[in-house]
Amino acid sequence: MRLMLIIAIPFFGALLPMLLARAGRRACAIATGLSTLMALVLLLSHAPVISAGQAFAVSHQWVPQVGMDLALRLDGLGLLMAGLILGIGLLIVIYAYHYLGKDESLGAFFTYLLLFQGSMVGIALADNLLSLLVFWEGTSLASFLLIGFWRHLTEGRQGARMALIVTGGGGLALIAGMLLLGDIAGTMTISELTARREAIQQSSRYPLALLLIAVGCFTKSAQFPFHFWLPQAMAAPTPVSAYLHSATMVKAGVFLLARLWPVLSGTEWWFYTIASMGAVTFLLGSVVALFKDDLKALLAYSTISHLGLMTMLLGLGTEAGLIATLLHLLNHAAFKGALFLTVGIIDHETGSRDLRNLGGLWRILPITGAIALLGLAANAGLPPLGGFLSKEMMLEAVSQVSWWGQPHLLTAIAAIAGTFAVAYSARFFAGAFLGEPGADLETAHGPSWGLVGPAALLVVSALAFGVFAQPLAEPILQTAVRGAMGNGDAPTIHLKLWHGVNLPLILSGVAILGGGILAGTFDGWRSLLKRRLAIEGQRVFRACEWQLVSVSRHVTERFHGGSLANYLTWFLVGVLALGGLSVWPSGLRSGDRQLLPINVLALLLITCLAAACLMTILLHRRRLLSVLMANVVGLITSIGFIYFSAPDLALTQISVEVVTLILILLALYFLPKETVAEASPIQRWRDAALAGLCGAAMFALTWVVLSSDGPTDLANYLIEQSKPAGGGSNVVNVILVDFRGFDTFNEIMVLAISALIIYALLDGAMHGAAADKLDHWEHDIPRSPEKHPAMFISFTRALLPLALLVGVYMFLRGHNQPGGGFVAGLVVTIALIVQYMVSGYQWAAERISIDYHSWIGWGILLAAGTGVASMILGYPFLTNAHEHFDLPYLGSLDISSALVFDLGVLMTVVGAVMLALANLSRLGRRAERAAQKAAEAAKLLDRGE
Amino acid sequence: MIAIVIPIGFAGLSLALLLNMIRLVRGPTAVDRILAADTMVINTIALIILYGISQKTTAYFESALLFAMFGFTSTVAYCRFLIRGDIIE
Repeated sequence: MRLMLIIAIPFFGALLPMLLARAGRRACAIATGLSTLMALVLLLSHAPVISAGQAFAVSHQWVPQVGMDLALRLDGLGLLMAGLILGIGLLIVIYAYHYLGKDESLGAFFTYLLLFQGSMVGIALADNLLSLLVFWEGTSLASFLLIGFWRHLTEGRQGARMALIVTGGGGLALIAGMLLLGDIAGTMTISELTARREAIQQSSRYPLALLLIAVGCFTKSAQFPFHFWLPQAMAAPTPVSAYLHSATMVKAGVFLLARLWPVLSGTEWWFYTIASMGAVTFLLGSVVALFKDDLKALLAYSTISHLGLMTMLLGLGTEAGLIATLLHLLNHAAFKGALFLTVGIIDHETGSRDLRNLGGLWRILPITGAIALLGLAANAGLPPLGGFLSKEMMLEAVSQVSWWGQPHLLTAIAAIAGTFAVAYSARFFAGAFLGEPGADLETAHGPSWGLVGPAALLVVSALAFGVFAQPLAEPILQTAVRGAMGNGDAPTIHLKLWHGVNLPLILSGVAILGGGILAGTFDGWRSLLKRRLAIEGQRVFRACEWQLVSVSRHVTERFHGGSLANYLTWFLVGVLALGGLSVWPSGLRSGDRQLLPINVLALLLITCLAAACLMTILLHRRRLLSVLMANVVGLITSIGFIYFSAPDLALTQISVEVVTLILILLALYFLPKETVAEASPIQRWRDAALAGLCGAAMFALTWVVLSSDGPTDLANYLIEQSKPAGGGSNVVNVILVDFRGFDTFNEIMVLAISALIIYALLDGAMHGAAADKLDHWEHDIPRSPEKHPAMFISFTRALLPLALLVGVYMFLRGHNQPGGGFVAGLVVTIALIVQYMVSGYQWAAERISIDYHSWIGWGILLAAGTGVASMILGYPFLTNAHEHFDLPYLGSLDISSALVFDLGVLMTVVGAVMLALANLSRLGRRAERAAQKAAEAAKLLDRGE
Repeated sequence: MIAIVIPIGFAGLSLALLLNMIRLVRGPTAVDRILAADTMVINTIALIILYGISQKTTAYFESALLFAMFGFTSTVAYCRFLIRGDIIE
């Protein structure tokens, strides 16, 4: 249970900052910090047991049909990762509170941060492949929101979009790879995969699964060739860069590879895919980092390089490689996080991150300089810092492996990359802190303790992991390795600073020397090479994106081009072609149900229907009449529904007709009342032929369906189970709110969203070009002076309470008789709309004090609430209960909990439709006011003359 | 007795509907057509009730009730549109 809490606390805590934003920035930060702290304390409370070699696991069923459970497992590796996430997260919260300005929305920032934290901890603790995927995508989404936090910056938006596309695309590959892996292994639980290692690696689909999973991990961990999104993501605020893009999120790919290491590694495929890409990235990152002037870009490429280092080590497939990776995971998080925070401090205090402008900061920011010095020393792998230890381990592990038959190739690459690492670290420090101050530095002042504190803490731990490696780093590493490799096979680890003069030490010495020389002579030979490094991954990405968009636009213009007639023609031709193709081989055969004799009344109604349809077409250019004919078609359809004994449908059809008519007429006021004749006779004949063909095809299909026996099993089941299982004898309503309740829930959400979009669009029409047109509106028809005829008013006002009574009546009886929430909602809506229409908007708005927005919200909450209530009681979502009551005066009642759901539907329908209609009338009222003002102005002018 | 009356009722209503449709199709002005549609609604109310009687069920009564309550709304909307243009002022 406690494991679930560790994940749940950040997610629920994410609600707090937005709610507390009004209480002030401090309240937000405290809430966020407390959530992180609570989760961290819970996590660490498990630490003693886990370091003894045990693991905790908990599992809940989520979607059993696809094998997805919410399974969590806390072992050494998960403890390390989650500890990093929550520990560094706490420091970042403090840092961000001091870093972000007073006018930035801190509430939103912390909400996104906590959402990210929850998803990331989910990745660390997940034991089920599919639930891990859910958390994986959660981190991509949270990262998108955080990178684009400064929405007003173009780089922010573009960087966020690029990050989302790349990591999202990798996520798709990962989904495929995980599904394959689960299928090969026969289980989706990660802890069970290790036992089936042999079977997995022998399978023929193993390479494909491995490649797909590798693509997923490479996109997340910014490996070549997917590394280009990380420098673009540096447009995010520095706390985000420090947290996501150096310490935690980009490590997710490495973490997943480490998690799957016991299952997938050891084969040639693993070695050549992962070690190669890792080695290339390691070298590429450190070389490019040397040439960057922007400190954040330098650190970004440095991160890419270190991630490549870790990937390469994992790719080696040896125990030494795994141990070195985990040690570097720990160290890198400490010193790289500290370095990013330092850059943030420099940016915050001087306003610049460019190495060409900075210099001599040692005098103004001495403490920051000390932190940066230690962090860069760890980055370069200097003793006695932790970075030195992990680099030594890396060199040791790499020197034991040969690549493509060359025993020293990997070692050489590692040594060169190490040299460049020393070079760019030296360049960072010398360029920023030493030398003469740059030209355009703002008056720099000392940073607050909130900014320096977290950075200092991180760098001190980087130092401590080196100097006090045995008491501090060793137990953590031991626990992690035990967790990663499974208990039995884990070797005991001894961390020592001095191993004697061996190859790694010599290589480190060479690297330090070479790096120093490189950095010193850098400016000299850099101008020579400036032109050569022009290919950038992000340029290729942008070019591809642009091409894709222009091709899509071209295709859309061809088939759509803004003309509805054009679009419909293509659509109908396509449907006819596809339908014809599918039916051609076997042909359509009429079924063998018995035909009923023709009823004279039915024949008459069909004739009227056909006549009305024909009139719709013949009068289509005169819009009002066309709408009238369509209404008549609706009327006859309602009669048809009654003839086929579907009273619910008839009720709905009748009310919807009225509402739709009012909607159309409200809009028609602003549109031309006549359609211009645009098509040539040839086009019209073509359209007529196409329409005729489609009509004939529909007739044939309908005939075949009606004359054959349908799927009677489902129909019989629903009718039989309606009363016992659903609690109501009106099977239509029971289907809507019980059997297919989830579907209805989605429908009302769509309705609510449409209404809100209409509201937002109309709100926008009150400003700008549309508002201009409204202000100069002239009526195009002669108008009668009588606005509100008294006869209408007296009748409809008397009708209102009766209509509302009918609405309530239909709502309450809906479960057992024709009626229901939707029809009741429409009846109430029409009753209210008629008041607006007949007595005037002003009069009605003063008296109808319903807030439509909140009705929409409450309606959906009620509907969701009934679903969640049944989940709390242990049943699936939206299960309903029903009871029979015998009350003294009211008689016997059958009440189902679906009544509450129906109430939600009713409220949503009333709110949504009223919102849409009431707001559409705003346009008319605006035009009216403008016309009145114009008329008054004209009168004044006349009098003046 | 009722078995004789119902067909006669149906016949009368059918004739009424037919005449309405003819006016709907022919009527030279828009107002003629609107009136025809409105009369069709009234006839429909009677038709539905009669159908319910002939089927010996009360399930269709509410449909007729809805038509009676709101059948005039469409007509009011059309008329307001014709004389004022803006139907909710």
